[in-house]
Amino acid sequence: MTRWAMVADLRRCVGCQTCTASCRQTNATPPEVQWRRVLDMEVGEYPAVKRAFVPVGCMHCDEPPCMHVCPSTATKKRADGIVTIDYDLCIGCSYCAVACPYQARYKTDRATFAYGKPTASEEQGFDPKRLAVATKCTFCVDRIDAGLAKGLKPGIDPEATPACVNSCITQTLSFGDIEDPHSNISQLLAENQTFRMHEELGTGPGFYYIWDKKVEETKT
Amino acid sequence: MSFGPKPWHQTNWDFRAAFNFIFGGAGAGLLIAAAFSGAAGNALRAEMLLGMALIGAGLISVWFEIGRPLRAMNVGFNPFTSWMTRESFAAGLVFAFGLAAAWLGSQPLALAAALAAVVFAYCQGRILQAAKGIPAWRVPALIWLIFTTALAEGAGLVVALAALFDTPARGALGYFSLALIARALAWSIYRGGAAKIVVRAALTRLERSGKILIQFGALAPLALLLAAWFAPDAARILVLLAGIAALATGWQFKFVLITRAAYNQGFALPHLPVRGTR
Repeated sequence: MTRWAMVADLRRCVGCQTCTASCRQTNATPPEVQWRRVLDMEVGEYPAVKRAFVPVGCMHCDEPPCMHVCPSTATKKRADGIVTIDYDLCIGCSYCAVACPYQARYKTDRATFAYGKPTASEEQGFDPKRLAVATKCTFCVDRIDAGLAKGLKPGIDPEATPACVNSCITQTLSFGDIEDPHSNISQLLAENQTFRMHEELGTGPGFYYIWDKKVEETKT
Repeated sequence: MSFGPKPWHQTNWDFRAAFNFIFGGAGAGLLIAAAFSGAAGNALRAEMLLGMALIGAGLISVWFEIGRPLRAMNVGFNPFTSWMTRESFAAGLVFAFGLAAAWLGSQPLALAAALAAVVFAYCQGRILQAAKGIPAWRVPALIWLIFTTALAEGAGLVVALAALFDTPARGALGYFSLALIARALAWSIYRGGAAKIVVRAALTRLERSGKILIQFGALAPLALLLAAWFAPDAARILVLLAGIAALATGWQFKFVLITRAAYNQGFALPHLPVRGTR
């Protein structure tokens, strides 16, 4: 069984926002809608201040609260773990948005473009179905499905991999099948210490953060 | 810091969503109190119709908030897990039984509508509690606070309406007093749960609102009812004021809960990245 997941190595991220730009370009999201964004966090007080850049977005949870609350069944979870939204079913009630503990969902009521009039690429990517309904990161599900149909491997072959992962200049982001013990991300998780955001809420996020090497390796 | 770890107020549900809980809860409470108070004839009809009008106003209000209002019927597609779907089903039953009860002046049908209203009010509490992204809402005790405030508001409306025309029955006043006490207890339990997980800004707003709920929504109405007991000449005006106080304080609490104290979860890092030397 396949379970697609993403890993972000917090030690590597430099906060360049290339993943954000790449996501926006690929998915033609309107201004102020960032399905993949990078938080610039400062923790602690002077002089003991630490800074971290943290990629966030839809965590494609095992138990997605957004799906459970959705009254229209627009939000669904596929067998491979990807949480999707059917724009034709969604009523735009935003219940999913308040149920998501990751602030990953957006609703845009009217068409907006970066410079007023749509640019050529905005015009090309504009989808009226996405107006006044919930939207969020899809893990670039279209790319994954199209890539799989061609026999490609998501996470390895760029054509079948989410745009944010492809664009990452520091290889912070990785994508792959967490159920495959030989996959790239399974190896990363085996070698490093990780956490998932707000794990105590029981959502089972499919997005892991690497923060250090495994303790055994650190000792040697 | 663009979006730091500090939670900020949700912007997805505004006063239109709040009105669904405000009017819907009061309407459901009114139907319950009216049906079980033994009202009959035109009084029962008027109270049933007012209760349904309030619930309808709440649903219309939230209809103005949804992005695709022409797809509103899709709200009924997920009874398996969504409390919003279940609320819509309960509302359908309230209207079906309530309209029949008002048309026929039937007390058994009014009781059936009241049972559907109980489910409706309970669903409203569950809707908020299922919103995991808002700590102030996901406190389990909120379910009973939303439910008991619906009972208190409805009972307040019933005794206030009765006081306009006559001296309210003792049974109705007793039920009203119990609903006020239940709401105060529910607030106390909810406050204890919220204090553990809600950010300071939200807790400050909740506590300010809760203080009003206790002082003007429980103590003052109970004192007014006690005064009415000893001053029969002024009883009607005192009961009227008590009913209005119970209603208004419940409404202000729900308004604050949804539009002022609904800070999101924010982001948290249980570990900071370890870079370079240790």
